[in-house]
Amino acid sequence: MVVVLAAVEGGICAQQILNDKEPAVHVLHVQGRVYMLVGAGANITVQVGDRAVLVVDAGVPQMSEQVLSAIRTLSQAPIAFIVDTSMDEDHIGGNQNVAKAGHFNLGLPGEATGASVIAHLKALDRMSAPTGKKPPVAEDLWPTDTYDNDKWELFNDEAVIIEHPHAAHTDGDSTVFFRRSDVVSAGDIFTPEHYPVIEAQRGGTINGEIEALNQVIDIMVPKEGEEGGTYVIPGHGRLCDRAEIVNYRDMVTIVRDRIEDMVKKGMTLEQVKAAKPTLDYDGIYGADTGPWTTKMFIEAVYRDLSQSKR
Amino acid sequence: MRGACRRMIFASSILFAAALMARPAYSQVDLSGEWSQPPAPDNTMDPYIGDYAGLPINDAARLRADSWTAEKWTQEEHECEPHPADYAPRSPGGMRIWPDLDPLTQEITAWHTTVYWMGAQRTIYMDNRPHPPDYAAYTWAGFSTGKWEGDKLRVTTTHLKEGWLRRNGLPRADKATLTEFFIRHGDFLTLVSIVKDPVYLTEPLVRTEHFVLNLGYALSPSSCIPRHEIDHPRGWVAHHLPGTNEWLTEFATKYGIPVEATRGGAETMYPEYQLKLATLPMPPKPKESPGRTK
Ligand SMILES: [Zn+2]
Repeated sequence: MVVVLAAVEGGICAQQILNDKEPAVHVLHVQGRVYMLVGAGANITVQVGDRAVLVVDAGVPQMSEQVLSAIRTLSQAPIAFIVDTSMDEDHIGGNQNVAKAGHFNLGLPGEATGASVIAHLKALDRMSAPTGKKPPVAEDLWPTDTYDNDKWELFNDEAVIIEHPHAAHTDGDSTVFFRRSDVVSAGDIFTPEHYPVIEAQRGGTINGEIEALNQVIDIMVPKEGEEGGTYVIPGHGRLCDRAEIVNYRDMVTIVRDRIEDMVKKGMTLEQVKAAKPTLDYDGIYGADTGPWTTKMFIEAVYRDLSQSKR
Repeated sequence: MRGACRRMIFASSILFAAALMARPAYSQVDLSGEWSQPPAPDNTMDPYIGDYAGLPINDAARLRADSWTAEKWTQEEHECEPHPADYAPRSPGGMRIWPDLDPLTQEITAWHTTVYWMGAQRTIYMDNRPHPPDYAAYTWAGFSTGKWEGDKLRVTTTHLKEGWLRRNGLPRADKATLTEFFIRHGDFLTLVSIVKDPVYLTEPLVRTEHFVLNLGYALSPSSCIPRHEIDHPRGWVAHHLPGTNEWLTEFATKYGIPVEATRGGAETMYPEYQLKLATLPMPPKPKESPGRTK
């Protein structure tokens, strides 16, 4: 099922049920040319140009059919670009399926068609392996185009600015800013319903995470009354504006400061956990079970800060 | 034939008009007008750091508020935050209420309210529309729908951005919901608000606010554009590390209230707490008032 909502301010203005296959991919018009697709793993951002569609993250492969039909409710133009915000499976799993349905018209004659899949070079490094070794991610899901500095700019009826925060959620993250629509797609550096996932084994760090949040906040401008203006699509969870990513940045910074203070005092990991440095935020961002628990977050921050202390 | 047809049209138009007249009044009570506000019944105007008394908060709320500092308002991103819908009517300065009418049926499709502080506006939809899905954006006003229950307007609000229970750092989470009753008695309006917060409250927080009809009363315009006021390092966030906030007992000391009572919690809401209060140790008398002139 695909459900289209034209809703940010004033709630649901239009609700159109297009077919009744479950489970559902929901479409939320953010503003301008940008839409948010919910229900296919990570949030998917769709930017509709006059002649091409750009997609940020492709979701899980099992939902690709619903994702493609949701995109087709917005535009019949070919999907020319997919930008991967990280190398996580629920973000890149649909790369091949969505790319296959797309077309990037700068290919050489005779080349297989398909969308250009863009990621930071470090994300490709983490997906691939030296020749002869089994790569951690199947080759079909790899990016076709990478950038290796801090920024890549595209134009799809508006400026699209891809930036690489260093060592945040991982060391291969990208954020995507749609300048005229005034929407940022942040990937998993911002997950308003849980603590940020710091993947140390893939180069993620707590201070890089905070810096990445500050970089996104820097480009956001709210309307009067600290609301709306630039919107941010998080990796998972609801659409947010600056006030909410600022609260999230405040929380991550405060928890970092607390654990850093405990590390400086020489406290062990067990002592830090017992001191409950996240107690006041656990009801919002915490989890006792699942892939990223409060304990895992505290441990990741502790290990990172203890290492950098040495 | 023509006459009969005309008569039928005439008859049906009378029926249509009668049907309209027989409809229940579009609202039981007219809320519209300008309402001024006597001083608030509890200490919301200028709360002390560490005064959590009478609020059904938990340890998470205490830690959050103990870590809070008013320096937060020197972070440019926080400078111009308006009060959220559950707190806004508690700010002094009155409220204006006006309806949206369906031009055809004259039914009220929505009520709007605005309060003085930052001109915060709300819309209360009266047309039975559903609340947005949970992935839609949250706002300071939240998303409100209303229904008349007798002569009381019951308003249900979801999608509230994170806010505050009291302006001394006591938080109210974005998972909270707000139920309100607008109750008019002649020239008096009582607003009952019930906040349910699964993150920071152990019981619903029920508060009332009073207004007096004052037609023609003009709310002062209020607006805010953030600007750089104080230098901070990039990404600086205002807070006290746990155990370092030296102002937490100021309120207890100044007023001679046991510190434990100022820490709040559901039991401090109820009259029976006075018995326990009498048994608690008093804080030492202050040598001089620490930095406050009130
Ligand atoms: Zn993710």
